[in-house]
Amino acid sequence: MAKITLQKLRHSYMADPKAPEDYALKEIDLDWQDGGAYALLGPSGCGKSTLLNIISGLLVPSEGRILFDGRDVTALPPDQRNIAQVFQFPVIYDTMTVYDNLAFPLRNRGVDEDRVRVRVAEIAAMLDVTEMLKLRAAGLSPDNKQKISMGRGLVRDDVNVVMFDEPLTVIDPHLKWKLRSKLKELHQRVRATMIYVTHDQTEALTFADQVVVMQDGEIVQIGTPVELFERPAHTFVGHFIGSPGMNVLPAELKDGRAFFDGHAVALEGAVSAGTGRHEIGIRPEFVTLAAAGLPAVVRKVSDLGRHNVVEALAGKTRINAIVEGAAPSPGEAVHLAFRPDQTRLYRDGWIASSQERAA
Amino acid sequence: MRKVNHRGWFFVLPVLILVAFNALVPMMTVVNYSVQETFGDNVFFWQGLDWFQQILRSDRFHAALGRQFLFTGMILAIEVPLGVIIALAMPRQGFWVPVCLVTMALPMLIPWNVVGAMWNIFTLPDIGLLGYFLNHTLGINYDMTQDPVAAWATIIVMDVWHWTSLVVLLCYAGLVSIPDAYYQAAKIDGASNWSVFRYIQLPKMKQVLTIAVLLRFMDSFNIYTEPFVLTGGGPGNSTTLLSIDLVKIALGQFDLGPAAAMSLIYFAITLLVSWLFYTLMTRNDIR
Repeated sequence: MAKITLQKLRHSYMADPKAPEDYALKEIDLDWQDGGAYALLGPSGCGKSTLLNIISGLLVPSEGRILFDGRDVTALPPDQRNIAQVFQFPVIYDTMTVYDNLAFPLRNRGVDEDRVRVRVAEIAAMLDVTEMLKLRAAGLSPDNKQKISMGRGLVRDDVNVVMFDEPLTVIDPHLKWKLRSKLKELHQRVRATMIYVTHDQTEALTFADQVVVMQDGEIVQIGTPVELFERPAHTFVGHFIGSPGMNVLPAELKDGRAFFDGHAVALEGAVSAGTGRHEIGIRPEFVTLAAAGLPAVVRKVSDLGRHNVVEALAGKTRINAIVEGAAPSPGEAVHLAFRPDQTRLYRDGWIASSQERAA
Repeated sequence: MRKVNHRGWFFVLPVLILVAFNALVPMMTVVNYSVQETFGDNVFFWQGLDWFQQILRSDRFHAALGRQFLFTGMILAIEVPLGVIIALAMPRQGFWVPVCLVTMALPMLIPWNVVGAMWNIFTLPDIGLLGYFLNHTLGINYDMTQDPVAAWATIIVMDVWHWTSLVVLLCYAGLVSIPDAYYQAAKIDGASNWSVFRYIQLPKMKQVLTIAVLLRFMDSFNIYTEPFVLTGGGPGNSTTLLSIDLVKIALGQFDLGPAAAMSLIYFAITLLVSWLFYTLMTRNDIR
């Protein structure tokens, strides 16, 4: 196991990048603590897989360094970095049995057969594949194949980091849940550093202790799932995480007070000085229907069973509210109230309001 | 009762007619000849299975069959591994891909008789580019018109030149269909180049390789034009392959009965070997 440090990492797939847009990764500085469970979350094409491939050594970054426990590994090929990676689509060696598949990474490194037998048995037991060990891997179902791929990633106990590149994409929904909790359990058992790449917020939030959110080749926020949910550092994080995502309303700032559509909106606290494009961010969970407040017209109500998501129009802006109990019907005029301590102001996308400390 | 619409048969009719004229009618003509004797004038005498017995017992047939298996065995032993190696060495992306593909496809676009004529002129000992070079520059005594070994070497090199591309292109198609993740996983698993070939590339190529071997077997087993134009079956009978012998019997000696019997036996052998090979190669696939 090792601590992984990324220093001033930049990468471009072009031969001669000039503008910042030419870079798939724009200046990444990051520490991955030993034994942590990390998720790398972001929409497709944001550079997650590029970052992963740089850590594993499949890609050499255009600029910057990668350190494992302080040792520079930037130029080392994947097999010398002592890492394991599980891919989006199951990679199994068709002609081998399940046992040989799991033993493959060990045998390639000259581990003796007794030790191989012990490790394969352990991993097979963890993944519930013990009864399949003698089968040919080609005949397995996709989720079992992916389990074997994961097993090959986990079978070596001397790896620095195990990386998962959207490993549950091809798995049936009902098995996703099982494999996801299995992974979490495995992490608690083996305590290896794990990096889990996904564009699925549920996967990221359930698996990881720390979530790294990426957008357009940049890290937008790093935090625990709770931090990301409660205080998104960027409107992108607010919008990307949560279902539905955070409401982002165009706002004007006058004398330190925020106005939306002419209505004053109370914020969580003071706003830092500066100018730019202002937006108010409020999660649907903290928008309520009230007797007085922002006037709006209900457009649509979605019953999600546990609660209703009310979509209302205030002026031309859509605002979602999560309402417990009876919901208004479409067309009805309502008033919306925002919980002030959860209402934040963003300037050019980044958070600009600060939380008032309760005295 | 379910009503059956018999008009559906009309849709099958074109295929039936095509197959009938393409395969069944000519085949039945051959069967017809193979059990009769004729001295011309369209007069036939019933002969039973005599021709088949005669062919199966004839030393001439055994010799031609032996030469045929030797030829097919040798070209398969060269073309298949060579084709795999070239396919592995070809670039997977970039500017050189179309260049390589077109270069590879070129020999296959040349008609058989032209290939034979080309190689004939190319290898003639005194005027051919290769023949002259070997004899007069390198001082190697090479004459494919006189020396059976030289004749064999020439027809084999010619076939390798003409048809290795087929194996290459089929294998290449198999190789490019392997997702990158397999190679990346293998790198991370610490697999050697040999392991990558043995456990990733070869299994993924197996199906196309089966087809490639099958096509090359059938084609080379039935080969006629190229050796006929190049050596005419000589020197002596040394390169008289089955089909050349067949034509000699049928059109040279005009023994239609024995020739028909021989072509049916020939057909049966080709079919049997192809079937055996295909069954053996695919028997493990369904599990």
